[in-house]
Amino acid sequence: MQANAASISQELADAFDGKLKGTTVTMTGPFVEADEVKFNASVEEFETLTGIDIQYVGSKEFEASIKIQVDGGNPPDIVDFPQPGLLATFVAQDKVVDVSEVINADWLTENYNQSWIDIATMEGGSGPITAGVWNRVNGKSLVWYPKAAFDEAGYTVPETWDEMLALTEQIAADGDTAWCIGIESGAATGWAATDWMEDIMLRTTSLENYDKWVAGDLLFSSPEVKAAAEKMSEIWLNEEYVFGGRASIVTTSFGDSPTPMFDDPPGCYLHRQGNFITSFFPEGAVAGEDYDFFYLPPIDPAFGKPVLVAGDIYAMFNDRPETRAVLSYFSSAASVESWVRSGGAISPHNDSSLEWYSNDVDRKVADIILQADSVRFDASDLMPGAVGAGSFWKGMTDYVAGTVELDQALTEIDAAWPGR
Amino acid sequence: MQSTEVTPRRMAASSSETLNPGRLVVALLLFAVLMAFLWGGFVFLRDAQRNDSVPKLLLAVLAIVWGVAGAGGFFYTMNMVVEQLPGNARRLLTPFVFVGPAVLILLWFLALPTLRTLYLSFFDANSIEFVGLNNYVAVFTERTMLTAFRNNLLWMIFGTAGCVVAGLIVAVLADRSNFESLAKALVFLPMAISLVGAGVIWKFIYYYAAPGQTQIGLLNAVVTGFGGQPQAWTTLVQPWNNFFLILILVWLQTGFAMVIFSAAIKSISEDMLEAARVDGASEVGIFFKIMIPTIQGTILTTTTTILIFALKIFDVVLVMTGGQYGTNVIAVEFYRQLFTAGDNGRGSAIAIVLLLAVIPVMVYNLRQLNRQEVF
Repeated sequence: MQANAASISQELADAFDGKLKGTTVTMTGPFVEADEVKFNASVEEFETLTGIDIQYVGSKEFEASIKIQVDGGNPPDIVDFPQPGLLATFVAQDKVVDVSEVINADWLTENYNQSWIDIATMEGGSGPITAGVWNRVNGKSLVWYPKAAFDEAGYTVPETWDEMLALTEQIAADGDTAWCIGIESGAATGWAATDWMEDIMLRTTSLENYDKWVAGDLLFSSPEVKAAAEKMSEIWLNEEYVFGGRASIVTTSFGDSPTPMFDDPPGCYLHRQGNFITSFFPEGAVAGEDYDFFYLPPIDPAFGKPVLVAGDIYAMFNDRPETRAVLSYFSSAASVESWVRSGGAISPHNDSSLEWYSNDVDRKVADIILQADSVRFDASDLMPGAVGAGSFWKGMTDYVAGTVELDQALTEIDAAWPGR
Repeated sequence: MQSTEVTPRRMAASSSETLNPGRLVVALLLFAVLMAFLWGGFVFLRDAQRNDSVPKLLLAVLAIVWGVAGAGGFFYTMNMVVEQLPGNARRLLTPFVFVGPAVLILLWFLALPTLRTLYLSFFDANSIEFVGLNNYVAVFTERTMLTAFRNNLLWMIFGTAGCVVAGLIVAVLADRSNFESLAKALVFLPMAISLVGAGVIWKFIYYYAAPGQTQIGLLNAVVTGFGGQPQAWTTLVQPWNNFFLILILVWLQTGFAMVIFSAAIKSISEDMLEAARVDGASEVGIFFKIMIPTIQGTILTTTTTILIFALKIFDVVLVMTGGQYGTNVIAVEFYRQLFTAGDNGRGSAIAIVLLLAVIPVMVYNLRQLNRQEVF
């Protein structure tokens, strides 16, 4: 890390030479509680080596508070965005420092897969800029199952969507329910449903259409998106397939929803969620024994094996030497190594090592991302906040709760798109 | 009010009725020095906060000293300046020294933001393009907003009625019981809980678990105990879920209504009640024909206060349902538009509509209070 610091940025080299000792860099983001502890642990070594103090303040209401801070002209130095779409609105207002002016372009292309750099490239007031660096990512196209009970019941891991539906039907025939689904998440209720939609979109239509959908050129009321919603409804709205039925889906918190999977006998056998969900599993549940996961199978072979991912992009709002040094640091795997080792994070950096992953789950997820035919970022996180963190969540919730019919829900999601 | 009257008069007596140029110059100089101190302090605090050059705790102490000393010094020197003026001018200006800064600050913090909100409501999401009344058209035509209006009406009618009726009943009954203070304390207790805290408590009362699971929600435990099916009270039981949310407000605010009613009832003269009883009036008759008319003013004031509270309801809905499942209210939709969707125009338009809806109730309430000479 210190050896190649100069090839990342001059400021990072200066920092390791101790030239920025005693300075402070403020950061904010959505990491709270356990995540905040892990984040602080992962930057501790850097702080000791350089003497730069990184002050991180996490907030559960991050999406709302960051807007107030930026609009008020008082943003923290570096901000962690799990939603690139939110960052894009600030980039459009020219509030964000262009990373390509801070970090060597060669280093970025060397250390990141091109698709990550593409997602980070956003339209500023005067042309496209590199809006931030990726630090921690996670895979979302995963289906978790209670391994011991699953094997005992004689079920097998499905390789195609139809096999998965057959398995669902078989479990129903055995008198159990296959799926555990929960979308409740306070003010963010509904996001878990948008993840399903995105995974099905990737499996039923082309990547071009997915990208058009993200950009707002393919309407929610279009046949492609509606077909995806209907595909989802085949499982979601069948009371025999989902534990507790519709009522459970809309009232159960996303974190609590997999809990019945660990009951004896299991309340459900399948749960689709990103790899972060393991933190919500009961304490003492052992990966590979009590639970395991498989890749959410493809629907149409024509679209291969796509993987839905999400991640944290770090953007810089105040241009000072110490801020540049810290942001440069986040572009290398060393900044996330301790987090990877303690579990719960996957590094998108090419200079990371698979050996760091302490558990099989994280390593397998990292492997799935590497093996994917195509990787696409969580669509709702890329869409403008009004849709991606607003009408999309709300529309899916309204639909699943039965407040409105599908057509109306989709039209209302469209209507919230800015400037439409 | 009284002390501000007394101080200047006492000071006035000690100074002459004619203009004293020398002392006026000194006072003005002092005032100029103070203004320089205020401005310098402001710049210093702002910069120190920006570059983080002073420890935060020290900065906070300095800010408090600057603020309090500044305000005190401001009054003192302004008063000194005015005191050096001849009698008439002094009598005319003295009140403004005391009330002026407060009014200015009030204008700055309340009137200006209101006007700015009104201005922004005619512009698009980024406050760049003028869009005329488009935001208001959207506010009055969108399904989510129409639901919000309907729900706010429900809150205003049933929330307010619930609090007032329950408060009145408890006040009257407690007045006659042997454990009045205990009963009143119990009803008043929820007042100490914040709306968000109440939301968390009631989440556990309304909690839904799938049939066959252990029902940890109180209401569903009772329902299944009697052999019923568990219900998702706050989500799927539409539109009745609104009433389950309103119940939380009633639980919280009944105590407020009760305390005020109780005080009013105790102030009804015993002689009047005795006379009525002697004349053979029934207790129900006394309640409706004597108590209610006597405390009518109090009932109206309490009702309008809770009405405004219900109109602005936000925390309970946001915590319990996030405004989803057909439980949206105006304030939550305002928050969503402004902070989640980042639409300054739409958010401002909703805020203005909410303000317009509150104003008539507020004016009525103030008039009512004025009549009772509370101010």
